[in-house]
Amino acid sequence: MTIWRRSIQARVVISTLVLSAVVVSLVGWILLRQVTDGLVSSKTESAVAEASRGTIEAQGRLTAASGTNFDSSAQLALLVASIVSRGDVQGYDVVLIGPLAGSSEDLASGSGTRKSPGLETTSVPERLRQVVERDPGTSWTYTRVRYEPDTKLPSAPGIVAGSQIRLPADGGIYTLYYLFPMTQQEETLSLVRRALTTGGTLLLILVGGLTWLVTRQVVTPVRLARRVAERLAAGRLEERMHVRGEDDIARLGNSLNQMAASLQKQIRQLEELSRVQRRFVSDVSHELRTPLTTVRMAGDVLHDARGQFDPATARSAELLQKEIDRFEVLLTDLLEISRFDAGAAVLDLEDVNLVDVAQRVAESTTALAERRHTRVVVKASERPCLAEVDVRRVERIVRNLVTNAIDHADGSDVEIFVDSNEEATALAVRDHGVGLKPGESAMVFNRFWRADPARARTTGGTGLGLSISLEDANLHGGWLQAWGQPGEGAQFRVTLPRRAGDQIAKSPLPLVPIDASRGAS
Amino acid sequence: MTHGDPGNRGKVLVVDDDAALAEMLTIVLRNEGFGTFVCETGDQAMADFREYKPDLVLLDLMLPGKDGIDVCREIRAESGVPIVMLTAKNDTIDVVVGLESGADDYIVKPFKPKELVARIRARVRRFDEPGPESLTMGDLSIDVAGHTVTRGDEQILLTPLEFDLLVCLARKPWQVFTREVLLEQVWGYRHAADTRLVNVHVQRLRSKVEHDPENPQIVVTVRGVGYKAGSS
Repeated sequence: MTIWRRSIQARVVISTLVLSAVVVSLVGWILLRQVTDGLVSSKTESAVAEASRGTIEAQGRLTAASGTNFDSSAQLALLVASIVSRGDVQGYDVVLIGPLAGSSEDLASGSGTRKSPGLETTSVPERLRQVVERDPGTSWTYTRVRYEPDTKLPSAPGIVAGSQIRLPADGGIYTLYYLFPMTQQEETLSLVRRALTTGGTLLLILVGGLTWLVTRQVVTPVRLARRVAERLAAGRLEERMHVRGEDDIARLGNSLNQMAASLQKQIRQLEELSRVQRRFVSDVSHELRTPLTTVRMAGDVLHDARGQFDPATARSAELLQKEIDRFEVLLTDLLEISRFDAGAAVLDLEDVNLVDVAQRVAESTTALAERRHTRVVVKASERPCLAEVDVRRVERIVRNLVTNAIDHADGSDVEIFVDSNEEATALAVRDHGVGLKPGESAMVFNRFWRADPARARTTGGTGLGLSISLEDANLHGGWLQAWGQPGEGAQFRVTLPRRAGDQIAKSPLPLVPIDASRGAS
Repeated sequence: MTHGDPGNRGKVLVVDDDAALAEMLTIVLRNEGFGTFVCETGDQAMADFREYKPDLVLLDLMLPGKDGIDVCREIRAESGVPIVMLTAKNDTIDVVVGLESGADDYIVKPFKPKELVARIRARVRRFDEPGPESLTMGDLSIDVAGHTVTRGDEQILLTPLEFDLLVCLARKPWQVFTREVLLEQVWGYRHAADTRLVNVHVQRLRSKVEHDPENPQIVVTVRGVGYKAGSS
């Protein structure tokens, strides 16, 4: 079935073969019918003619001899012997039955059956006998000519023609039957049948072979084209088809090659654009960073000297210092985002225990958490939670999630869960603050998105933190997802594969926290 | 070109084409008691270096004319004076190329003045004369006071940073040093910053002291932990 579905060639060859077989059988059958009819009818004609002639001749001879010989049985024997010997030469058998009841006074003289030696009398069908006994003319029918077993002759289809003769010696009416076996015709027929079968088979093989050849000529280039298209799809853009001639297939090849060339050109252009973009980012980075460094140092000098200024100037120096910090973070985040956009971000992989990362982040955010009257608690699994990751990026993700949670915790504890399974390690940051409104869990990763624009920005986030975290997680082949309910708080879960880039089927931690799902149900 | 008063803490050559930044660096370093001299092009850098004889070079990676990497190699070819690179790029490849060309440390723009000063101090801090001390490490003998390393009669020239790294490992041959510990003890960082520094300098040290740097015997890697002195 697979071959039928997948190969045009097989389909065309098989259907052509089936159709041709039907047509050839039909033609053969009709031919055979016509030949049979012709053979049988010609044989019938000659047989009936022969039988009539024979009967007339026999009657004539009997009538001529009637004056001289009155011994009926001798006459009969003589008659039969002469017809049988003629039948031997001409290829037919003879049966003489009689005399008919009521046609002769002397029934004892020659009643019974006389016939060609070895012939079975049953070869003359009963129905014909009845017809012949009633009707004085010549009647005929088809029969099967059978011979006695000891002659070892095979039975054969044949024609039997019968008529009455009158024996002058006793005046009795006898019936005389001629049996013409059609052995020869049967042989001819079987010869014709054999010839038709052989011819038909050869024709079928020829048709099949031709179809196979023709479809091959079409299908082979199509298969080549498919292979080239597959390679193109796999990214080998330099693949081209060999084009020969100017037929439809060659034009298909040309079109495919043109398509490949145009694809290659476009991809080259995109690569070039991306290269230019990266170059631009790198240049902007340098060009912006140098003046920012100067401003930063000048700001620091002013900040350090603010004790000597009047209050307004001193406060200005403080604001300058703070905003330079913010500007610097924003610039760093923007450059990081544009690096992701340019596809220039690369992983620096090593095996890391995410529990350590969680502890480190919890420690480093203690001061911030205390200012917001909250605590950061690490709840790690007993299992080792190892993953092959870029530790700088993962720590950045976790720090982002934790500072975010502290910002929205409203004084409740921030929990960090860490767990692992065979293929992945997950870390979830849970807060019990205001939570997220429906639909916001997808929007939190949008650049510069803020849940509540009126909310105080105490930790000075840039609005890019979660976008960068999402890109970082994706770069590892991992997930970053958010869950939240108004009043229930929120949970952010990052799932990273054991080996960077592997597929993850299931995260070791639930996205919806257990306490929240229980509360909801 | 500003000739600064020779500071009591040391002399710093600032190689940077950005006039504003160079002036700002001068102000900050003078406040901290360093003497400074500013050079604005890479082509001029070597001449100024030879004339000013600084205790430390602060080198911008991107310069008009000869770029920072080339200047760094040239200085390193004739002197072991500490070099701190200023770079606008934090990408691994840029940092590693800079360190491999001979810089002892690097600092990414924009930086805080205090951080810069801390790094510079860490590099020029060796004004206190160490007591006479002699160490051996494999077939090397180290004279700490004389600041020399010899193998047999042959002296091996190391930069001060490479020397510090070697001495740090040699003083406690039984201990495995993590990259973070080495950063703190050799570079003087309080907080672990960047372990790439350690990797690059260990490679450079090996290329000078090992018989076969591909198969190190003197500075041995302990997989997953860090480095230690090879058992002799």
